[in-house]
Amino acid sequence: MFSPARLFETGAAPTVAPAQAVNPQTDPFIWFLQTFITLFVIMNVVLVIMAYQTWAERKVIARMQLRYGPNQTGTAGLLQPIADAVKMLGKEFVIPRDADRPVFVLAPILSFIPAVAAFAIIPWGDARSEGLLGGWIRPAIANLNVGLLFILALSSVGVYGVIMAGYSSGNKYSMLGSLRSTGQVVSYELTLGLSLIGVLIQAGTLNLNDIVRQQQASVWFIFPQFFGFVVFLISGIAETNRNPFDLPEAESELVAGFHLEYSGMSFGLFYLAEYISMNAISALAAIMFFGGWAPPFDIAPFNWLPGPIWLFLKFAFFLFLYYWIRSTLPRFRYDQLMGLVWKVLFPIAIANLVITAIVKLVGIQIGWWV
Amino acid sequence: MSQTPTNEHTETFRQSSERRMRLNMGPQHPSTHGVLQIVLDLEGEVVMRCDPVPGYLHRGTEKLAEERYYNQIVPLTDRLDYVSAFNNNVAFVLPVEKLLGIEIPERAMWIRVILMELQRIASHLIWYGTSLMDLGAITAFLYAMREREKILDIFEMACGARLTYSYCRVGGLMSDVPAGFEEKVEEFVKAFPTAWKEYTTLVSKNPIFMDRTKGVGVITAEDAIDMGLTGPSLRGSGVDWDLRKKEPYYGYDKIDFAVPVGTKGDCYDRYLCRMEEMMQSNRIVEQALKFLKPGPVKVDDPKIVLPPKELAMSQAEAMQRHFYQVIHGFNVPVGETYGKIEGSKGEIGFYIISDGSSHPYRMKIRAPSFVNLQSLPLMTEGRMVADVITCIGTIDIVLGEVDR
Repeated sequence: MFSPARLFETGAAPTVAPAQAVNPQTDPFIWFLQTFITLFVIMNVVLVIMAYQTWAERKVIARMQLRYGPNQTGTAGLLQPIADAVKMLGKEFVIPRDADRPVFVLAPILSFIPAVAAFAIIPWGDARSEGLLGGWIRPAIANLNVGLLFILALSSVGVYGVIMAGYSSGNKYSMLGSLRSTGQVVSYELTLGLSLIGVLIQAGTLNLNDIVRQQQASVWFIFPQFFGFVVFLISGIAETNRNPFDLPEAESELVAGFHLEYSGMSFGLFYLAEYISMNAISALAAIMFFGGWAPPFDIAPFNWLPGPIWLFLKFAFFLFLYYWIRSTLPRFRYDQLMGLVWKVLFPIAIANLVITAIVKLVGIQIGWWV
Repeated sequence: MSQTPTNEHTETFRQSSERRMRLNMGPQHPSTHGVLQIVLDLEGEVVMRCDPVPGYLHRGTEKLAEERYYNQIVPLTDRLDYVSAFNNNVAFVLPVEKLLGIEIPERAMWIRVILMELQRIASHLIWYGTSLMDLGAITAFLYAMREREKILDIFEMACGARLTYSYCRVGGLMSDVPAGFEEKVEEFVKAFPTAWKEYTTLVSKNPIFMDRTKGVGVITAEDAIDMGLTGPSLRGSGVDWDLRKKEPYYGYDKIDFAVPVGTKGDCYDRYLCRMEEMMQSNRIVEQALKFLKPGPVKVDDPKIVLPPKELAMSQAEAMQRHFYQVIHGFNVPVGETYGKIEGSKGEIGFYIISDGSSHPYRMKIRAPSFVNLQSLPLMTEGRMVADVITCIGTIDIVLGEVDR
């Protein structure tokens, strides 16, 4: 029998204990060492995924465009990301004469660090489990109680890099690019945050790990929060400045936008930041709406795969979506972009938020909500 | 009086000019389709003044033509609108043939028609790909290239070249098309509608594309005529003017085809016009193939066309003629004339003044891209930077032709 409460049923909610200390290990030195090793492993995994993501993107888009993509460097072009990295490292870092030097140098770093830091709290498995190798590699670097806020805060910081880059380059195209970026990111951050608040109300926690556990216990949040998910996906693409929202770097209009004057590895950092924040948004989508590291059904063939693989598969799907959209859609114009966020996404997000809140409130009142 | 007079007007102007940012778009810019410079005065993202500055690709084609024999000018015309070189070839030889008072053989005429229409499709495909790429849809370009490649293969089969054909000669064609040409064209004509459908489904109803192009770059029919626009840019504004219909040349009157005309004159209408024109060109090729009968492809006038190689190598007189032709060309009677065709960008015409010698006294090129370009400020002023890109895309300019 269908009852609306089932949609919001979070059967496990009372049983899910509030997030505890990540590891039973009490010795501070060992704890530090474990964190360091975890950090090392996860960051390398993230960077390798990022590098091969560029390869995957080129291959996927090439196939969609009747081309082959990289196929000369190594088997099927698999060494291409490495060749690109070496090339980028070997190039000179040119600072234009008109540039504001300290800001110009700082901008790519400020863009890169928040993007990477977001991965600190992405749980690759149940963060309260022991992890691999007897706790030496933990499923998440940090299991924060305010995880979601942390990610949103980092994505807000990331935009400063873009603004500073555009402002300090002393180039009009860069300036236009960073102006666009400011408006765009500030607006889309709002809808991004609002779309997640629906999940938040439902889960009643900001801890990413607990959000996944709740989905494991009931249903993936994409079902009750479908509109929230749609808004999140669109805002996420806009937030990472990807097609069709790549206005800050619109190649055909602003040549390269905010990173026009950057060369060598300083450009590389922007490039990395873009791809890593794509990864982060995809991972977040997988965690918030698709059950994160949890398999879709907790039965035999599905739970053979470990959590990290499930998370990877889910966010790989979102990355594929990114490529697909990129090779299909033309770019928005600036006013249309703003129109979309304020006239379409914002009302949807608000409505979704209000309805979720009302359903939960009424549900608690009449006892649907346990 | 050393003090500068200040009044309200100069003060507002000073303030407004301070608020404005001057942006030099080009000559090195990915979407100006070559080396076009556009000086934009921006207030925020809004274009207050738009000033196209052509001339970076000026090669003095008109002056160069004064020093060359008529057949030597044909390669120069290739370099005007290099994505539809064959149309330029025909547009040039047309007035020369008029001055000489010769009629080209039927077969040469129909081959010209077929190749001109194929060229129009190829040129529109380039426009389709590049203008969409400017809008950020990168995939369309590569799909357009796929069909264009087939057209280039046909051209390669006919004359050996893929971009700069120089296939026309005064009085006909360089040589006849090889065996198998007709089958290959037929194959293309059959396959093209399917590919065309793919293009339109990819783009025509895409909401982002419609948002970007509908109501953007509007030119009213009146303005379009005042500006001297021709080709799809004019027809997009709702003016039914196509030289193939209005002043038929080369047997276009025997062919059944429609001229697509827009209503609003915005970028979307121009887009639809060009898309439909491709299909109509395809129809024309299909019909023209039926008229193609075996026969000569050069006029039977030893003064104008080179004698066949085997004759030149065996008969003294033919060899002399060959030699004289090569070092001197042929004389064209005194007079002046204007020949025009409906090129892929619009009306391309050559005004030729002959003083009776073997090279023109003066040659003036009416380049459609150059004329169409002057509508850019009208389309873009008061709109956003992104619209400038959209508009450049839909007026379909080629800088080789703008600068000449």
